[in-house]
Amino acid sequence: MSSDTLIDANWLDYLLVAIYFGFVLGIGVMARRSVSDSIDFFLSGRSLPAWVTGLAFISANLGAVEIMGMSANGAEIGLPTVHYFWVGAVPAMLFLGVVMMPFYYGSKVRSVPEFMFKRFGTGAHLVNAISFAVAQLLIAGVNLALLAGIVHALLGWPIWIALIVAGAIVLSYITLGGLSAAIYNEVLQFFVIVASLLPLTLIGLHRVGGWDGLTDKITAAADKAPASAEVAPAAQQLESWPGQALSGFDSPLLSVIGIVFGLGFVLSFGYWTTNFVEVQRAMASDSISAARKTPIIGAFPKMFIPFIVIIPGMVSAVLVTEMIDLKNGGSPSGGASGDGVAYNDALLLLMRDVLPNGLLGLAIAGLLAAFMAGMAANISAFNTVFSYDLWQRYIRKNHSDDYYLRIGRLATVAATVIAIFTAQIAMGYDNVMNYLQTLFGFFNAPLFATFILGMFWKRMTPTAGWVGLVAGTLSAIAVDRLAAAGVIDLPGQGAAFLAASTAFVVDIVLSVVVSLVTKPKPASELRGLVYSETPKEDRTDPDEASMPWWRRTAPLAGIALAMVVVLNIAF
Amino acid sequence: MSDVQSTETTGSTHKAGVFDIRNIIGALMAIYGVILMLAGLLGEHEPEKTGGVNANLWTGLALLAVGAVFIVWARLKPIVVPEHVEAPDDDPTRPAPQRKRPPVH
Repeated sequence: MSSDTLIDANWLDYLLVAIYFGFVLGIGVMARRSVSDSIDFFLSGRSLPAWVTGLAFISANLGAVEIMGMSANGAEIGLPTVHYFWVGAVPAMLFLGVVMMPFYYGSKVRSVPEFMFKRFGTGAHLVNAISFAVAQLLIAGVNLALLAGIVHALLGWPIWIALIVAGAIVLSYITLGGLSAAIYNEVLQFFVIVASLLPLTLIGLHRVGGWDGLTDKITAAADKAPASAEVAPAAQQLESWPGQALSGFDSPLLSVIGIVFGLGFVLSFGYWTTNFVEVQRAMASDSISAARKTPIIGAFPKMFIPFIVIIPGMVSAVLVTEMIDLKNGGSPSGGASGDGVAYNDALLLLMRDVLPNGLLGLAIAGLLAAFMAGMAANISAFNTVFSYDLWQRYIRKNHSDDYYLRIGRLATVAATVIAIFTAQIAMGYDNVMNYLQTLFGFFNAPLFATFILGMFWKRMTPTAGWVGLVAGTLSAIAVDRLAAAGVIDLPGQGAAFLAASTAFVVDIVLSVVVSLVTKPKPASELRGLVYSETPKEDRTDPDEASMPWWRRTAPLAGIALAMVVVLNIAF
Repeated sequence: MSDVQSTETTGSTHKAGVFDIRNIIGALMAIYGVILMLAGLLGEHEPEKTGGVNANLWTGLALLAVGAVFIVWARLKPIVVPEHVEAPDDDPTRPAPQRKRPPVH
């Protein structure tokens, strides 16, 4: 049964993939033809049950990064990867729900560039719109690279053809209205991914002899590995704290500080509170209370996702021949990129080894769905910012709606072509998580600093807005280049954490200094944009007090926080 | 931002019916369940991959159960669609049906 493709899919697998896209595209077509107002009801997102919006919120984030990146991380460094969930996501999601959401909702801002324009004016808006557009193109490249990896694994075509094919698939997905099925799409995607990863995890664990078998094998592998392979000791791979394998610091104390401040505070708060791809899901709710609960309800499934993405990665590293070889410092050939196995391949290789045809198709459907939807969302976010925030505002004003729609279509095609090139950068990274954290450090960390300072300090001036953003991004790039040149030596994702933290600090310090010597906006223009200038009634929901406790924001957030603390202690 | 309402409005509230998201989830899960179950029963069992478990069969049964739960849940507690359903707003990160152009701020 050998062939020259990495994964041996048959008609049954393709049937399962086809059924998924039949559902999504079918609903998309019906939505655009207004077949039923039930579809409109669900797509508008208002007064939907909380579990639907909560799952859609998580699903928007459960893409290539989570699935491939986290399993790659699991294979490489083991259990400390859970920090991306329990330190790096859940606290920030709770913060978003409890503190930020009322403010977003009350201020009626619909996008980050919009907030920047109202709060700081043209300079910060232009900087933010450009950096947002660039970030979307780079992240689209990551999704495309992973998608091409699957195409390559399935069909065995050379990687550059696979990239073009993957780009064409995404373009046709957007054109056929794949995005129109929005909320259906996201919720279905969640279930398909869980339905494929859960059996993968269970079968994988079964193959290695359960959890005990897995720990034994990881211990044995780590003891046997040659020193040149630089494998983390088994104790570090099997305990989440202090996580030196993740942060790259030798000192446990510095490692904890690095993870809590770099990942837990700057990167994750930066990601979750300024990432409007996710925030927007919650903003569509019909009340502040529902908007606040969306990320909090999403936090519950989020806590358990590591079990179905990280454990398969860890299993893969001790079960799959190529992965064992790779972790011993070898460089096995093959892999989704076509030139050597990388940690990114952990999940695909495990699927090849343990899933029978049928389940394999389900897994492929889930992965394709996540990567395509992820890239399509990047491309359309780019499209919107490019057409309206950049082209219309700064280049060609006052043209017809048709004109901007045409520009948007051209932008979509151009973005897909550019993503084929940015995918090359992504493929240069052995573990795609390192690359993504680096990007988040460049773009999200300074944005978060400017955002949070601008929201809580009314003295912050328009000049400080753009100066802080530019300086923050440049300092993160500088740290990254120093790390690449070997001046700063931090393996793992430590360099990315350091770059993000530097960007945050530089941004805050410069913004404060510049604000003190430039002229602030009058307080009257800051209503709804700065916390102290926004009246309390804009930020609270009068109905919430009358709900039972388990439907109120604060108690739910408290339960989520308690659960995540227990998980941290247990592992 | 324009506030054009382009949807037709129906006379009264009604149940979400077939397009209730739970029915859609239930249908997909059930279809997958049946196919995997049949694959597990009729197809070649690949015990060398799964360590002896008939993974297709068991996953198929589990998915059928999940699908059934969603469909029964949708039957028992239908979601009621309100009288007026506004056309979905365009969401730049997730363009729902493009009936309106994105807001210009």
